[in-house]
Amino acid sequence: MITEIAPAPRKAAAEPVGTRTGRRSWDEVPRWQIYVPLTVYLLFTLVPFYWILLFALRPAGSTSLVPWPMTFEHFEKVWTERSFGTYFTNSVYVGLATLVLTTVVALAGGYALARFDFRLKRGFMLALLCSQFVPGALLLVPLFQIFAKLSMINSLGSVVIAETVFQLPLSMILISGFIRNVPYSLEEAAWVDGCNRLTAFRIVVLPLLRPGLVAVGSFAFVHAWNHFLFALMFLSDQGKQTIPVGLDTLMSADSVDLGALAAGGIIAALPVVIVFAFIQKWLITGFSAGAVKG
Amino acid sequence: MAQAAAVAKPPAPPRRRRASATPRRLPYLLIAPAALLMLGFIAYPVLSVFYYSLQNYNPTKPWRNGFAGLDNFTRLFAHDPQFRDTLTFSAKWVVVEVGLQLLFGLALALIVNQTFVGRALGRALVFSPWAVSGVLTSAIWVLLYNSQTGITRYLADAGIGSYGTSWLSDPSTVFPAAVVADLWRGVPFFAILILADLQSVSKDLYEAAEVDGASRLKQFRHITLPHLKDAIVLSTLLRAVWEFNNVDLLYTLTGGGPAGETTTLPLYIANTSVDAHNFGYASALTTVAFVILLFCSIVYLRLSKFGGDSK
Repeated sequence: MITEIAPAPRKAAAEPVGTRTGRRSWDEVPRWQIYVPLTVYLLFTLVPFYWILLFALRPAGSTSLVPWPMTFEHFEKVWTERSFGTYFTNSVYVGLATLVLTTVVALAGGYALARFDFRLKRGFMLALLCSQFVPGALLLVPLFQIFAKLSMINSLGSVVIAETVFQLPLSMILISGFIRNVPYSLEEAAWVDGCNRLTAFRIVVLPLLRPGLVAVGSFAFVHAWNHFLFALMFLSDQGKQTIPVGLDTLMSADSVDLGALAAGGIIAALPVVIVFAFIQKWLITGFSAGAVKG
Repeated sequence: MAQAAAVAKPPAPPRRRRASATPRRLPYLLIAPAALLMLGFIAYPVLSVFYYSLQNYNPTKPWRNGFAGLDNFTRLFAHDPQFRDTLTFSAKWVVVEVGLQLLFGLALALIVNQTFVGRALGRALVFSPWAVSGVLTSAIWVLLYNSQTGITRYLADAGIGSYGTSWLSDPSTVFPAAVVADLWRGVPFFAILILADLQSVSKDLYEAAEVDGASRLKQFRHITLPHLKDAIVLSTLLRAVWEFNNVDLLYTLTGGGPAGETTTLPLYIANTSVDAHNFGYASALTTVAFVILLFCSIVYLRLSKFGGDSK
């Protein structure tokens, strides 16, 4: 699966040729200098993944180092008894709503930053950068008070708004970078052909922004999916909570059910790992195009 | 940061081609949703934190609420050893984490930037923990460090170490144990950003250097590193702020323990406001944390001469 969806960025095709002709063979990096450290690091990366798989798939109490005989009892248990089914739905809702809201709002703002000079622009840019230093964790109390005033405590909307707000500044900076990479003359040409600004944007700019939007949107989704503190604070109903909160509950129990914890962890990881496997190449191109100029 | 904004400005400001196509109000309309959200849910909370830092404010003790002047700050600097302890631990945590993540991330990026068989798979696997949340990282490492069935048990089976050791509950091992867990998730962040930046180094430079007989180490020092400098400065800064503020991992992995051994300043603030309901004092702590972060960031950007080179 992964081999096929994570091809190396653009230059991969040209590179081997260049390497063979441009560099003398004695000057190539010796293979062991690549494979030895890579293998060591891969062990460090993969053993923890294997460990959680092992605990999720082997029967409770087993000390075997291979998950055989394989069982799905932990998944069934965590999905129904520990309400991970409900948490999963809630997390999907929070993730998707944050994705849509962040992308739309950041797209509008990013376009303004990329294409116009207006009086408050510098101030606004500065505010965006400064907001990177504002820790969401330290604003829990005032945020809680605001959402209480809006009677949004215990509603998933509060988490969506909080996640979006903290995702926005970086998303907007990134998107305005992507838009700047699209020549303004393309849009102007469309105007000459009779499009208004919105149509021109839709048919000329938007298709070119796809890698950037995929990067920003998936970022927003993954952040909202993973983030723990807002959900913990703003949602007290068990039926409203999200997967990270569910995991924390499993971990803070007096005697931790390791099998259930591992199965819950796999459920938490799966969507995110799949999203990243699919978008990885977009991410690298997206970042090298946008972030540097951000 | 003002410098960064200036650098980022596009060389040629867009022209106003047609007056009708660019009404003066349009940019403001476009940024309005973002601006309103940020005003309401970032700016206003920040201001209210500043306000409450000058108040006695505790919902469970309403009779004592009211203006406190600088009392909270006096208490903080003069009578609160926990403030100093947690701030020291935060600093130690940030420096160790960011330093090690940068080091390993850079090495990893250089390795997977080479051409070799299995590169795509290698990249995908090496980067994979990046997407994993703090809470899930904790869950994974709780399983690994568990004294009954964790990795220590199997190491003990093999004659390394002793049975029944739990690295997370022993004050002498909890710090490295937590550092390793966070490294596992943090290194890919640097590796990805640095790899992205490596794509834009001109191949001609290396070829020219090779013609001149420069060794690979010299090429790294004189071509790669200067090219990466701004990206490294910016990513270490963002990461440092992030590591300072992020409480997910330590909250769930160690809960700040054992015996307060791994309590960072934000964790202490969260405890003060959530468990002790002392919003006024927590706000004062938050204000001080802001000022420290901002000051350190400015000093860091100045010292590193961010954006100073013309490249």
